[in-house]
Amino acid sequence: MILTIAHKEFRSLFSIPSTWLILGALQFIFAWFFFARLDVFLQVQSQLAQLANAPGATLAVAAPLFGTIALILMMLIPIFTMRLIAEERRNQTLTLLMSAPVSDIHIVVGKFIGLMLFLLLIIASCMLMVLTLAAGTQLDTGLLFTNALGLILLAASYTALGLYISSLTKQPVVAAIGALAIFFGLWLADVSAVDNNNTLRALAPTSHFQNFNIGLLNSTDLMFFLLFCTVFLLLTIRQLYNNRIYS
Amino acid sequence: MSVTAPITLSARNLIRRFGQREVIHGISLELRHSEVLGLLGHNGAGKSTTLQMLTGALLPHSGEIEICGFDLTRQSQKAKAQTGFLPETPPLYREMSVNDFLIFVAKLHRIPRAQIADALTETKRRCGLQDNGTKIIGTLSKGYQQRVGIAQAIIHQPEVIILDEPTVGLDPSQIRDIRALIRELGNMHSVILSTHLLGEVESICDRVEIMHHGRLIYGDSSTKMQQYGSQSGFIVTLLAPPTLSELQAIAGIQQVDPLSTTQFRILHTANTNPSAALLALAAQHGWQAEQLVPLQTRLEDVFMQITQDEKL
Repeated sequence: MILTIAHKEFRSLFSIPSTWLILGALQFIFAWFFFARLDVFLQVQSQLAQLANAPGATLAVAAPLFGTIALILMMLIPIFTMRLIAEERRNQTLTLLMSAPVSDIHIVVGKFIGLMLFLLLIIASCMLMVLTLAAGTQLDTGLLFTNALGLILLAASYTALGLYISSLTKQPVVAAIGALAIFFGLWLADVSAVDNNNTLRALAPTSHFQNFNIGLLNSTDLMFFLLFCTVFLLLTIRQLYNNRIYS
Repeated sequence: MSVTAPITLSARNLIRRFGQREVIHGISLELRHSEVLGLLGHNGAGKSTTLQMLTGALLPHSGEIEICGFDLTRQSQKAKAQTGFLPETPPLYREMSVNDFLIFVAKLHRIPRAQIADALTETKRRCGLQDNGTKIIGTLSKGYQQRVGIAQAIIHQPEVIILDEPTVGLDPSQIRDIRALIRELGNMHSVILSTHLLGEVESICDRVEIMHHGRLIYGDSSTKMQQYGSQSGFIVTLLAPPTLSELQAIAGIQQVDPLSTTQFRILHTANTNPSAALLALAAQHGWQAEQLVPLQTRLEDVFMQITQDEKL
């Protein structure tokens, strides 16, 4: 059941023209940024070579690129999560799911996985771009792996939170703006923190992504992302149940 | 429909509040196999709310709903598998094609993968959608969207089909098609439909429940409802009428009201019908009987009468 709903979400994303537009624009931005970083790297490469422990192409090109993607995902995901529940509610198609023999868990997890599949596609396309570097240099596979994992986890936590915001309202635009505002607030909490042990900072997914970005696989960060996703998915399920009672 | 047919849906004492306001005050319903039940009421009488509760989209604050023996709150998935629901606004994903949408719904209702293709062709045939399979739902006309809505509700061959105002916004020929379809569905499934169109009840429902301010105030077969509070009688046109007393003398006639010089309204008791006797006398005495029309109460009048009785 979960896969049926996920499959439908995934397919219906591609039947909307704006999805293709966004995919195209993203690919263009990534490529541009990638080449800009690569250009800078090639210019300073001779100087870097004189250093004892010089940063390789992966650290100098790929890691900043992934950092940018993390920021772009923050702005992108609300556009997709707003449709998941708020739009269904506005178009009154949610009744179809509510009266079908599926539980709220199926609906929420199905929608989550459907959007995650799409985001995986974006992350994978970016990954492929970075892998073209392998033609010219040795790549740090460990760093690439933690970055990919970090991006996936970050996308998952944004999706879970966005899904929850989407379940609170009937207006997709409100859901998008609400989610974006919260993501932005969390990001600000991260970048404005003076010290590393700030509690507010620990709540921001981006702060946990930074460890992945520099190649650190920390069990605390893993737990944070898992808990973050679980909490908001559970809250969404609860919200759908409340929907049957209070609306 | 017979009284011995198994009960497919039963609801007991449903109560539903919106905030502090109670909108459904203890409704009980029963539906038998191959029966078409019409839920009749003014706008805002609580019809849609009741139907949504019967499908599990809304939970009642108290009361029980059982579908084919499964409790809707405790065994919700089994119960919901036995129902098909068309809400007031058909729940259609406008960006999907008709085929894709129906296949999605079929999977959602756990139709085995191997049977989906058959179910799809069969459902499209029943709803007259054969030529529209690959079209995008958003581009279809309102009438066809409604058909897709009905197709969505019946693709898994549910025992109970719940339709909320299925013919609203359709043109007359579409209304006729959809009504014929509902009538056909009523032969094999149980159907509940809500409507505020009395003609609909007259033409397709076996039984009527009238809803008023969140209560069921009247329930009976639709033919009985037409006789509610009416007197049996007929209007007869006699071109060469006799005197009133002569007419009154015929056995079984209770009252004769002259409507014009040649037309008379004749009331009689429910059990005896003096029309044959009257026509025989007319032939015998040369009263020149031209027309004899049985009195028919219009359902509108009956409905107004029932809802007004309730107000008093």
